[in-house]
Formats: sequence, C-alpha cells, structure tokens
Amino acid sequence: MTSAPSPSPQKMGEGERRAGGGWGLDHRATFRWLIFPPFVWLGLFLIAPLLLMAAFSFRSDLRGDLLQVWTPTLAQYARLAEVGSYWRLLGISALMALGVAVAAAILAYPLAYFLAFHGGAATGLYLVLLLVPFWTSYLLRVMAWKLMLGTEGVINSFLQYIHLIEEPLPALLYNRTAVIITLIYVWIPFAMLPILAALQRIEWSLFEAAADLGARPFHQFTRITLPLSLPGVFAAFFMVFIPTVGEYVTPILVGGSSGSMYGNIIQDFFTKAANWPLGSALSMIMLLATLLFVFIAIRLINLRELLE
Amino acid sequence: MNRNRAIFPLSIYYFSLAALLYLPIAVMFLFSLNANTSLSFPLRGLTLDWYQKLFASTPILRAARNSLVVALGSSFAATLLGTTVSILYLRYQFRAKNLLLALAVLPLIVPYIVLAVALLILFEVLNVSRSLLTVGIAHSVVALPYVVLIVGSRLAGFGSSLEEAAMDLGADYPTTLRRIVLPLIYPAMISAWLTAFTVSFDEFALALFLAGTQPTFPVYLFSQLRFANRLPIMIALAVLLMIGTLTLVFIAERIRRTK
Repeated sequence: MTSAPSPSPQKMGEGERRAGGGWGLDHRATFRWLIFPPFVWLGLFLIAPLLLMAAFSFRSDLRGDLLQVWTPTLAQYARLAEVGSYWRLLGISALMALGVAVAAAILAYPLAYFLAFHGGAATGLYLVLLLVPFWTSYLLRVMAWKLMLGTEGVINSFLQYIHLIEEPLPALLYNRTAVIITLIYVWIPFAMLPILAALQRIEWSLFEAAADLGARPFHQFTRITLPLSLPGVFAAFFMVFIPTVGEYVTPILVGGSSGSMYGNIIQDFFTKAANWPLGSALSMIMLLATLLFVFIAIRLINLRELLE
Repeated sequence: MNRNRAIFPLSIYYFSLAALLYLPIAVMFLFSLNANTSLSFPLRGLTLDWYQKLFASTPILRAARNSLVVALGSSFAATLLGTTVSILYLRYQFRAKNLLLALAVLPLIVPYIVLAVALLILFEVLNVSRSLLTVGIAHSVVALPYVVLIVGSRLAGFGSSLEEAAMDLGADYPTTLRRIVLPLIYPAMISAWLTAFTVSFDEFALALFLAGTQPTFPVYLFSQLRFANRLPIMIALAVLLMIGTLTLVFIAERIRRTK
C-alpha cells in the first residue's frame, strides 16, 4: 500500500482546487478527532516502552524504585562488549535467519509459480489449502513434529513395528538444525504470498511477445519471469528474516539448550536471571541491529515497489 | 503452450509440500482420537474420551475463553486504529503524515521479544498488573500494521472522487465517512479484523511475558507441554479450535465474495 497512496494526494489536490479551498471546514474538524487515537495509542504502547527500555539499559542495577532518577551509566554495554558469547550468538542468530529466509524463499518459489501459472480455475482452492495449516496452533504443529521425530515417536515406532530397525533412532531434535528446519517449514506458505503477488502481476503479453520472438520456455523464465518476480522474492526474504532473528519460542521447543538463539538470552535476563538492565541493553542491540538492517535494505531496494 | 511441460513436476512438488504441511495436523487429529497417551504404532484403539475430558477441564476451557476475549478485543481495537491511520494517511495532508505511517508499520520490524520486554517494563513501571488487558494491548499494536496494509490498499484503490461528490452535495465529512467511505472499505475491514483476530489468537511470544496469572490458550498449552498425559486433551481442543477458525474464515470469505 505504500506505493498506492502516491496518486491520491494528487487527486486530493485536484479536489481541493475544484471545491475552491479544500474539502470544507468539517474535513479539517474531523481531523482532530481522527489524529489523536492512533498517536496516543502508539505513543503509549510502542514508543514509550521502547524509550523506557532504552533508559533501563543505562541503569547500573534494579535497586530502588522502578521509576526513579538514576545516573546513566554505560556499565551494561561495557559488560556486553566484554562477553564474546553474546555477539557470537547474535551472529549465529542472524546467520540462521539468513539461511531460513533464503531457503524459505527458494522453496516457496515453485509453489508460487505453480499457483500463478498452472493453478487454473482451482488457484483459489490451492492457495487456501496452503494457508489452512496457518490457522492451527503453532505450538501444536511443532509438538506434532516432536511426536513424530522423538525416540518414541511415530517414525521410530513404525520402523520398529515393521522390524526395519530394532533400536529407536536417536531423536532428530534438540539442536540448531532442528530449529532451522522447523522454521523453514513454518515459513514456506508465508514466503509464497509476496512471490505469488509478484508473479501474478506479470503481463501475459510479455510471454507471447517472447514466444513470438522465438524464446524457449527456459529463456522466457530467466529473462522475463525471474527478473520481474525478484521484488516479490526480496519481500519474502525480509518477511521471514526479520521475525526469525528475534525468535525465541521455536528454539525453546525444538532447539533445547544447544539450539538457543539470541532471543533466548534476552528472555533469560527478564525471567530466570532477572537482570533487567543487562537484558534491556541486549534488547537495544537487537533492536538497533534490526532497524539498521531494515534501513540499509530500504536504501538498497525500492521497498515501495516490494509492498505494492 | 509448451509451458505445460513444467506442470507435472511442479504439481508433484505442490502436492508433496501440501502433504507435508498437513502431516502434523493429521497426526494431531489421530492423536486426539488415540486411546493411548503416546502416539506409537500400532494404535491401541480409538476413543472420544479426550473430548469428554476436555469439557470437564475448566482450566483449559478458561484459557480458550481468555484467548477469545483477547483476540476479540485486540482485533477490534486494531481494526479501528488501523482504519483511522489509513484514512488519515490517504485523505489528509499534514506534517506528521509519514511519521504516523512509520509508527504504524514499526511493529512489523521490532522483534517480538524486544516489544515483549519493553511492554513488560512499561506495565511494571506504571504498576499495571499483567492480565488479559496487557496481552490485548500488545496484540493490538502488533496487528495494527496488517490492518493498515489491508484497509489502506482498499482505500487507495478507489480514490477520493466519491467523497468529493458527497461533500459537493452538502454532506459534512463525518457523514461522508459514515455513508460513503465505511461502506466501501468494510469488506477490507472485515478481512483486516479477521487477520488481526488470528494474529492474536495464536500469539505466544508476547503473551508469555504479559499474561500474568491469566494464561491465554497458547500460554496454558506451553505450561502443560511437559505433562504427556495432558497432551491429548489439549490437542482435542486444538482440533476443535481449528475447525472453529476455519468455519469463521470461510464465512468471512463468503461475505467478501458476495460483496
């Protein structure tokens, strides 16, 4: 939608000119009623908490009242800088998210391609079919995989039942690979959506022209389909990458202690360890890294085109 | 066309991936009817016991009700706020316009864990005890961008000429909003509301930090995961919830189509 608004301010300008001095006074008067709720709500429940968290990251400890004047200190950040394992985990989480996002986009591409060009009359049905699993409890979907992969799970007991194996295979769970596979699996239908949107926008006449000029299907794909669908692929990448960096739930469920991510240390500092200032500093690093990443991405790629 | 050659492997790919997506759901369904508490072959027998036990278990039903309350409240708030943002962004000229849009889509970028701990700090500082209300507030914030994207693209789609016509004919702007704009965007509002509802209903990362002593269904489920004998009952509820949500989705889709 970010791109869509661009024509309408112009239209609005025309309208104002035609009506001779705007939409009338009550258009402006209504403005006052409309503007407050979103700004108040977002200011109070999005900006204020983030600023408060930023302030807490400059506290030395939690002694005294929660809301009191404290001397800002860089102690938490100094401590952060010293502990290499935090940075390593942040790097690992970013790499995991990168892998998950790339894999989900690549695996989703043929799905989107199938729906866009070969779905025929059933395209809507095919699409709904892929999205239905999204309406089921995420925790339970992951649980179901655990039921299948575990040592007493479906796969092992079935293999034993048909006497293919005598001893259960060790669980495929509780490591980083399990986290990565689960996340890819979960994100594929989601990653498919922007790619599908991009593919559906390609005009058929381009293929006809290419075919008329003698381009074979493979070349039609590499010269037309792929380049024109890339914005959708990038959108899919970001839609998966950004939430995955901050994951902490999937690592708890299938990662175990050896599969934890950066989000899990933040969680620990706010629950078990109860060190809010350090946890806030860790959160600030994650927030700033994510914002920086998004900022660079916007500079590199025309995001307006992606969100169209 | 010779593009058809690609259909066969592509459709195999589609259907095997779809099968893989449905496998856990099938396992869940089987598990909710399985007489044993662990799912191992061969099945010992089928039973409806778990569904019976479900309706006798107050904590589970209460958790489901909590999720329903939170999802209804937060999706309602998100739809109202998101629609307001869309109208402001597309029908008004003001200096803070881009700031408003940036704020409204920011929740898409802020990692959930960061928003969760930030809101936790806020509510502790304000001395607001954690409850369904605090979870609902968090959900209304994270659902807002989806509403803005869905309602905004609809609102951008038909320009402002109808509104100008209404106002030329003497309607004031509130009346124009009520009689012209809302009827035109309400299908988008319904699907935005539904999206917000489902975002909230299954949300766990924020709820875990903000639910306090009133667990939503995912939070309660998480606390029960380690008790193997409770699992079949939880799964029975999940199956019922899934059927409920699907019905809702299809009804909403019907409403949108008949429009």
